[in-house]
Amino acid sequence: MKILSKWLRSYLPQFNVTDRQLADDLTLRGIAVEGVFDLGADGSLFEMDITTNRVDAMNHYGIAREAATIYGLKLNPLHPTLPQATPALKPYPIKIEAPELCGRFTARVLRNVKITQSTGIVAERFHLLEQKLISNAVDATNFVTMAMGHPTHAFDLDKVEGGILLRRARKGEKLKTLDGIDRTLDPDDLVVADEKKALAIAGVMGGWDTMITPETTNILVEAAWFDPGTVRRSSKRHLLHTDASHRFERGADFNAPPVASALVSSIILEAGGEIGGDFVDIVIPEAERRTAKRPAIAFAVSEAQRILGATEDRKGITASAAKAILTGLGCEVSADATVVTSSVEKNLDPSRAVSSPIANVVEYPVKLPSWRLDLEREIDLIEEIARVYGYNRFQNTLPSFEGAVVELPWAEKESTIRTTLRGLGWTEAVSSTFCSAADAAAFAPQPNSAVPLGNPLSEEAGMLRPSLASGMLGMLALNLNRDMEDVMLFELGTVFHGSTDRVEEKPSLSIGATGKLPLEGPHQPSRELDFYDMKGSIEALLGKFSSKSIYFDRFPSDSGLMPAWLHPGRSARAVIDGATVGYFGQLHPAEAQRRKLKQLVFVGEIYVDRLYRQNLRQPVVRELSRFQAVRRDFSFILSETTPWARVAEALSALGIPELQNFEVGEILSDKDSKLVPAGHISLLLRTVFQATDRTLQEEELQNYAQRVVTAVEKLGGKLRG
Amino acid sequence: MSQEAIPSLGGYSEAALDQAFAALAHEVEASAQSLTSAEAVEAFRLHWLGRKQGRLKSISDAWLKSAPVEAKKLIGQRFNQLKAQIESRLESATGASSQNALDAEAIDITLPGTHRALGAEHPLIKTMHEMVAVFQRMGYSVGVGPEVETDFYNFESLNFPPGHPARDTQDTLVVANQERKPLRDRLLMRTHTSPVQIRTMEQQPPPVRIVIPGKVHRNDAADATHSPIFHQIEGLCVDIDVTFSDLKGTLDHAMKEFFGSSVKTRFFPSFFPFTEPSADVQISCPFCGGKGCRKCKHSGWIELLGCGMVDPAVFGFVQQKQPAYDPKKISGFAFGMGVDRIAMMKYGISDISLLYSGDARFLEQFA
Repeated sequence: MKILSKWLRSYLPQFNVTDRQLADDLTLRGIAVEGVFDLGADGSLFEMDITTNRVDAMNHYGIAREAATIYGLKLNPLHPTLPQATPALKPYPIKIEAPELCGRFTARVLRNVKITQSTGIVAERFHLLEQKLISNAVDATNFVTMAMGHPTHAFDLDKVEGGILLRRARKGEKLKTLDGIDRTLDPDDLVVADEKKALAIAGVMGGWDTMITPETTNILVEAAWFDPGTVRRSSKRHLLHTDASHRFERGADFNAPPVASALVSSIILEAGGEIGGDFVDIVIPEAERRTAKRPAIAFAVSEAQRILGATEDRKGITASAAKAILTGLGCEVSADATVVTSSVEKNLDPSRAVSSPIANVVEYPVKLPSWRLDLEREIDLIEEIARVYGYNRFQNTLPSFEGAVVELPWAEKESTIRTTLRGLGWTEAVSSTFCSAADAAAFAPQPNSAVPLGNPLSEEAGMLRPSLASGMLGMLALNLNRDMEDVMLFELGTVFHGSTDRVEEKPSLSIGATGKLPLEGPHQPSRELDFYDMKGSIEALLGKFSSKSIYFDRFPSDSGLMPAWLHPGRSARAVIDGATVGYFGQLHPAEAQRRKLKQLVFVGEIYVDRLYRQNLRQPVVRELSRFQAVRRDFSFILSETTPWARVAEALSALGIPELQNFEVGEILSDKDSKLVPAGHISLLLRTVFQATDRTLQEEELQNYAQRVVTAVEKLGGKLRG
Repeated sequence: MSQEAIPSLGGYSEAALDQAFAALAHEVEASAQSLTSAEAVEAFRLHWLGRKQGRLKSISDAWLKSAPVEAKKLIGQRFNQLKAQIESRLESATGASSQNALDAEAIDITLPGTHRALGAEHPLIKTMHEMVAVFQRMGYSVGVGPEVETDFYNFESLNFPPGHPARDTQDTLVVANQERKPLRDRLLMRTHTSPVQIRTMEQQPPPVRIVIPGKVHRNDAADATHSPIFHQIEGLCVDIDVTFSDLKGTLDHAMKEFFGSSVKTRFFPSFFPFTEPSADVQISCPFCGGKGCRKCKHSGWIELLGCGMVDPAVFGFVQQKQPAYDPKKISGFAFGMGVDRIAMMKYGISDISLLYSGDARFLEQFA
């Protein structure tokens, strides 16, 4: 919206602030001046952005009122002078048949007018605003809208057949509007009609047939108040957003029509003509009670102080400041205060309640201005006071506080996951919350548990993700497509299960990797990462949590127990204290092909809600032995179908406390060495024996070694010579 | 090294012997001065310890031959000392810790080091954690809530009127098949983190101080600055006598903590359904100090937060479950900010979609 500083000044006789200062002061009070353009001797043009709740400020007089209130200046009233009406036989017949849609309607007849070019102030200001001049009559209505914000309409009276009716349109009724479009009306449209036909969609747009033309000699000036909801619906129904509808649907000033009508009439009459008969003003009391005659609301300065706090002068908002602001904005603050006694509790905790002082609250009834339908409650008045006083004139204070800071129960666990994975080379990513129906079906842990959106952004994003794995694969694919071949990502996010009636949300973790390990530098060869790299990271992660047991296993591919998107031979389930916490491994080749992934991809999902049931591991120090540790290596030939886990279990089952540690040193297959029989492996077992209370003797060690060998032999192993 | 003359002994007294051997020791030191090459070391060794022509052998042969019996032991001891001295010089010239050996082991220390690359922190998560930490230090606990919300928590209880445009499916992503449910029970993707304010107050009587980080969704077409997925941080403080000036002070302090103590704040009237009075907060541009730069569009200020005093109507909704939220007795403020925008500004990210792409080239810059 464009505003001329010169026009504002015409309403403010004492005004002596620069345009720039005015623009800044208005902006700081929520009447935003987005741009100031210098017009030289004609002042400035302000480009304004008025929020939709402030329809009263979408005009020059409204902004002048704001300025007058901010600076405490006098605001000239709008008092158009009109010549005496020449007597008519009777007032122009007007009837409001739909009082629920039309709250007020005024009509003034102008006779023997001269339709001509606008001159004077109208022409000058339109020129500065780059507003097109049409004719003095049409320009007058536009001028008044810009001046005081109230839309009016001028009808060619000679095209009106009989009295004016404010009624609902008839079903299927036709009207050609001013934009030349033939429209079919709806009974929910309010029309201004004569006895034969609709003349205008009330508050939205006038009709073609009654528009002002150069031949017009008699005019009926309409200034009215229409129901905001009715105008909004008509505007929407006919896809007709006009300046008039914009204002009416946000709530126009119920008391403005007589003033607006007089202003429009006085401008038209400047080129000649006279007033034909008495002014007609029909007020629907019910609408007036909801607007101009709303009941006063109680306002207490103490309440404003309680909400707003300390001002720059440390006094808080004073009664005189509050009254000056409210009065400036058009409120009437009554002098008849009522004293309300209220006990103010100074402590919210009843167990520590201090004696409640009795405070007297002085309340003033405040009558609200007819142009501010947005003001309804005491807090609205408090906001106005804060706004006009200036937000930045309040002090910066800090509230006192007796509560405690409580951490989320899983905050430290979540942070441990992030730092552990980052330390192991995994980079955090965030992917879409949504996935395709196909991905939802493929990756949901339970069938038919994915939840669809009602208005998805695209088909590819039609479902709430039931798993993070599909998003992870999408991100890996994106990187491969951009020739980033070595990628290790993780995502911590929410997954969704259930139905459209009830959606369950759980935190989840996905990890995904492809390409080479991020071993940087020229000093050692890098290598392709594999299943064991992913497993190692998961082991390290699970190891951060306390548990009695962690193990990994897998089920046959036809069991249905492993996710179908994983390679059945190269994937595992992770189990902590008997609970499945996730699956991971190489992506199933069929899935990789479907996604056109050109290299091996490893992916896994950890159900962190289950992991969070475990506490973080609290290190407990084991006493270090002063006695020598003895290392013994064993080389076994074992069937390649004997998993390491069975060897490890057998060794643990020996229950030798002095067996401090054992690990796999090396594994050779029959392909690696001719000494390994077909279908077998050679396994180098490294052991460490140590006692806490003595140096181990050779006989003891031999005994332990023999038991180790026997245990592995029971699994079909043979000690290599 | 040329063959030198054998020095003559001045006598067999201990003093005379000491003098003669001191001269020899001096000679050893002098000849050990320039043992910087393998050839020089070998020449030194041959000169002194050569089996046939070695100077040590020549001198000892000469001196011992003519020495009286009682002096032989004294001379022998001194020769052993001298030999040890020569060997020590040889050792320090050729041993593992000798300069020569160390020089031979020198490597090119300008080559890059070896390390397994660390994973990178996501810029959004990092920004969110940093901002949350600021408020935790100010006494705020972290609050969280579901990403799928009901209309009641997302709109109604936050004082959005029934016909509010935000409720339109043009703006809000909704779960399918909600049409038959009462409006307030309909499920949607939360459009802001504000519902957690209501959920927290329903569960906990005042005083409340919470900071709420979270993911939110809107039915927005994606472009460089819009994403249907984005992140917010919300804050809520409710107690007796919490005022607008407290809101100002809290946000001013928090912005100084986050962006640096020279940052200033200024507040403009604004409108949100769930706060009144409402404000938009600008901070003086932390990148140019307010002089004007690209990041602040040459205005010196950046709009960063929305905030306001909790609307009494919101307390009215909460009172249905927690009567202690009587708007005549308590008051509070709430604020919210977009994490994505702050992260983009802070790190110079020009396209919001990078944050949700998983593009490793982008993410690894934050390692």
